[in-house]
Amino acid sequence: MNKITRRQALGTTAGALTVLGLAGATAHAAVTGSRSAAPATPTGKVDEVYQGRRIRITPASGGGGHHGGHHSPGLPTVLIDGRELHVMRNADGTWISVVNHYETFSDVLPLARAAVRELQGAALVPMGGM
Amino acid sequence: MTIRKNQASLTTEEKRAFTNALLELKRTGRYDRFVTTHNGFIMADTDSGDRVGHRSPSFLPWHRRFLLEFEAALQAVDPGVALPYWDWTADRTARSSLWAADFLGGTGRARDGQVLDGPFAYATGKWEIAVRVDGRSYLRRALGTGVAQLPTKAEVDAVLAMPVYDAAPWNSSSGGFRNNLEGWRGANLHNRVHVWVGGQMGTGVSPNDPVFWMHHAFVDKLWADWQALHPQSPYLPAAGTPNVVDLNDTMRPWNDVTPADMLDHRKFYTFDTEPAPVPAGAASQR
Repeated sequence: MNKITRRQALGTTAGALTVLGLAGATAHAAVTGSRSAAPATPTGKVDEVYQGRRIRITPASGGGGHHGGHHSPGLPTVLIDGRELHVMRNADGTWISVVNHYETFSDVLPLARAAVRELQGAALVPMGGM
Repeated sequence: MTIRKNQASLTTEEKRAFTNALLELKRTGRYDRFVTTHNGFIMADTDSGDRVGHRSPSFLPWHRRFLLEFEAALQAVDPGVALPYWDWTADRTARSSLWAADFLGGTGRARDGQVLDGPFAYATGKWEIAVRVDGRSYLRRALGTGVAQLPTKAEVDAVLAMPVYDAAPWNSSSGGFRNNLEGWRGANLHNRVHVWVGGQMGTGVSPNDPVFWMHHAFVDKLWADWQALHPQSPYLPAAGTPNVVDLNDTMRPWNDVTPADMLDHRKFYTFDTEPAPVPAGAASQR
């Protein structure tokens, strides 16, 4: 399971770098923008490869919204190598995920990157399952 | 009567009895149902919606009831066992006897976080992580990595000094004792300990690590200590609060127990160092 995921992740690296070329600028702008302006508003899409894992973030409204379906309405969809990461927004605008549940993050992308570091190559299992 | 003791004072035989009872609950599948329940509440409790187990006033009575149910399950295996508590203000390094191979085992190795010693190491074949959020089925820890320091006694005392139990909006942004103890605000006590242990303890399936119970037994003791310090301070809110468990509302998943039922722990167990029973001069008792 882990091996397949890792191979998939490595396989997508080259392609995803190209994707980054296309989407990276937007993603970057969105992330830095939300840091300096309104506190942690999930504005832009993110599609990047971080430590060999593909992170895709689709905002809650506008654009996508086709992914998942397990997450609560109003929340962005966060995928790591295509598997959904359960995320939650705190009342103060910070974020947590099911793999970093007791530690808050200022925005969704740092939260997703922290999840990648925590996973150390392991694949997420389907939400609600075990 | 059950007496919950500081883990540091347990005898070798008490440690063995406790870990053996844990392994037996694990073997029968009973243990993993507690992990499933906890993760269900972790994912469902939200600041703006229904919240019962976490980020809400019932964080403390919910976990008190959850631990009582778990302790009863342990005692069905071995009637002599009680939940020990881990005073992380005192036993605050990875060198504590808590993490020795004859008790919980130590931190994980650098490569993959896997715990390699003690009764819960994967290689024993007796502690497979079945209820999980990722593909890894071995117990993991990274003691002191996610955050360098455990809370200090001074930090705990500052939170114990807060006279109001909880406050609107009754969630992770609240002031008051409960949220400062839970850790979403202020010095960060309970949440920080989860992060300090790392591995599964940092996730929604944190009860996969047996230290979960000893951490929460101490959080529960701090609630009792707080009550002894503030005998006139009630559980809040009292009634009529949307999405929140009021004093006499029943709590899921049991639906037959209220925060009011949980206020006096001495109906169920005592601590080895019980706070003074009557308020007079209570401040000098600690």
